[in-house]
Amino acid sequence: MAKPLNIIVCGSLVPDPLQTLEPVQTPQGPGLKNEQMLPSVLDPWAACALYEAANLAKQRAGSTVTLVALGPKAKLQQLMMTVAQKAPFQLVAVNAPAGGFTDARETAAELAKAIKAIPGLDLSATLLFGGCASASRDAGVTLQFVAETLGITEFFMGVDELKLADDDTFTVLERIEGGQYLSSTCSGFPAAIGWATGSLPEPPNNPQTGMMNMRGIMPALMKAPVASVGTGGIAYEKTEVPSAKRATVVKKDMAVDDIAKEIVEWIKG
Amino acid sequence: MKIAAFTIDGNGTFAQDVPAFAAALAAAGADIVLVPGTSRARRSMPAAAMRAGAAIDTNVVDVTVDGDKATVQRWAYRQRILTAFSRAARPWVIVTDPALFADICAKLGVAPSPIPAGAPAETRTKVNGVVAAGTGGESTIRPDSPLLFVAGAGWTKKQADGATHLDEAAATITGFLAKSGASLGSSKSLVDMPEAAKAFSFMSHMNQVGQTGATPRHAKGLSTCCHGEEPHVVGWRFVNDRRAVNLDANCGWAQGKADVLYVADAFAVMKKVNELLA
Repeated sequence: MAKPLNIIVCGSLVPDPLQTLEPVQTPQGPGLKNEQMLPSVLDPWAACALYEAANLAKQRAGSTVTLVALGPKAKLQQLMMTVAQKAPFQLVAVNAPAGGFTDARETAAELAKAIKAIPGLDLSATLLFGGCASASRDAGVTLQFVAETLGITEFFMGVDELKLADDDTFTVLERIEGGQYLSSTCSGFPAAIGWATGSLPEPPNNPQTGMMNMRGIMPALMKAPVASVGTGGIAYEKTEVPSAKRATVVKKDMAVDDIAKEIVEWIKG
Repeated sequence: MKIAAFTIDGNGTFAQDVPAFAAALAAAGADIVLVPGTSRARRSMPAAAMRAGAAIDTNVVDVTVDGDKATVQRWAYRQRILTAFSRAARPWVIVTDPALFADICAKLGVAPSPIPAGAPAETRTKVNGVVAAGTGGESTIRPDSPLLFVAGAGWTKKQADGATHLDEAAATITGFLAKSGASLGSSKSLVDMPEAAKAFSFMSHMNQVGQTGATPRHAKGLSTCCHGEEPHVVGWRFVNDRRAVNLDANCGWAQGKADVLYVADAFAVMKKVNELLA
């Protein structure tokens, strides 16, 4: 019988993508205007990783999913109200600033520290998941730093599919150039997977799962260690939202033939 | 300031590339090392830089050097906020947008060379090969095309006769791609639809443009049946010349996001466009 898996998902909050973002200067470095008030969502690619983890855990009896989230505690608590309803998981929280201007190396160091502190963690039965990049820093480096710190030598980036066999080998499809995938097979664990969108839809909210998760989430948030994460060695000189507004010409009541002709001329022009 | 640049092509595995890249960084002895953000570099260079004691920044769109100071520009929050910053740490690995690597190297007067292959390293990973995304055969993602054609969820909606026309939509879209040579993009709502996955087998999540998708670089972009919501349009940051066809005159494209919005039925317009391109 296949052995149970520990699936550790690194993921945190990002501003709801529908929000307007305005950079401001703070004593700690660049930040977002009204950052504490901005509605947050679980980072979209990390969310895909969490759903894939939950799906994989269902295939192996006794497997666990642990979400390791670094972010401001109050905002994490708010976020968990919705995320906890999506899939069964345990939470390990680290109370620290999270955002697009913090240093990935410092974030990764705190994540690795939190993972190492998980009681009884057996790396030989562990898959480390995360998004292939965040919607805040969008660097795509944090998971590699965590893997390197933990001594994980097998890592896959931009993964859309993972097929796990009973003998612990698994095959992944990684996004590469030109709309293609690189197919690779890895024998055994540990391994780290930076997920792209995967193939699973967002699970519907399940209040029962939410209530069950929250029993562990609230204590995890209560004991979340405070970590110092800043801009590292980065000296910011500029953070700005370039003007992107165009003077849109709205063409109504044009005949289809005329529109088509205009589009063809534009394409060829 | 010593600047080196490496090209990183082909495929590799993390276990083998990380030590090889780290050794190359150390051997280069450079203050700044430029590499293009290919899939292979993005997978392994962060850990290699860490192992080599180097700082690293990715998705860089510009680099300027003034004496001993280097400043880079990169986007945060998925192409929403442009940042410029410097680091005192050396060596500093700068992973550029792959489309801008040659220009940045030329600007800095650096001739890139292929990254040296390292000694074989143990790995548990076996590369099986490259496979196309989707099941439609020929790839619909064409990074070198001057035109991006985006299909939105509207292609799957009921039309004037009260029925959906998925096969017709698929034929119209593929017909246009064949005639124009455009690269196909999609909104998230379309690629997430199970019915679209079945009917539009030439399309996958790889085609998705926007917040959780790609941010391609094409000279022109034509959006059809897509409302131009902000999470999608952030993926159009580098598409300068934008047109859209949508039935809603108040859609996102009309709010300063497109240069021209045609308020019309994309089914009819694109069929006619295909006729004219024939």
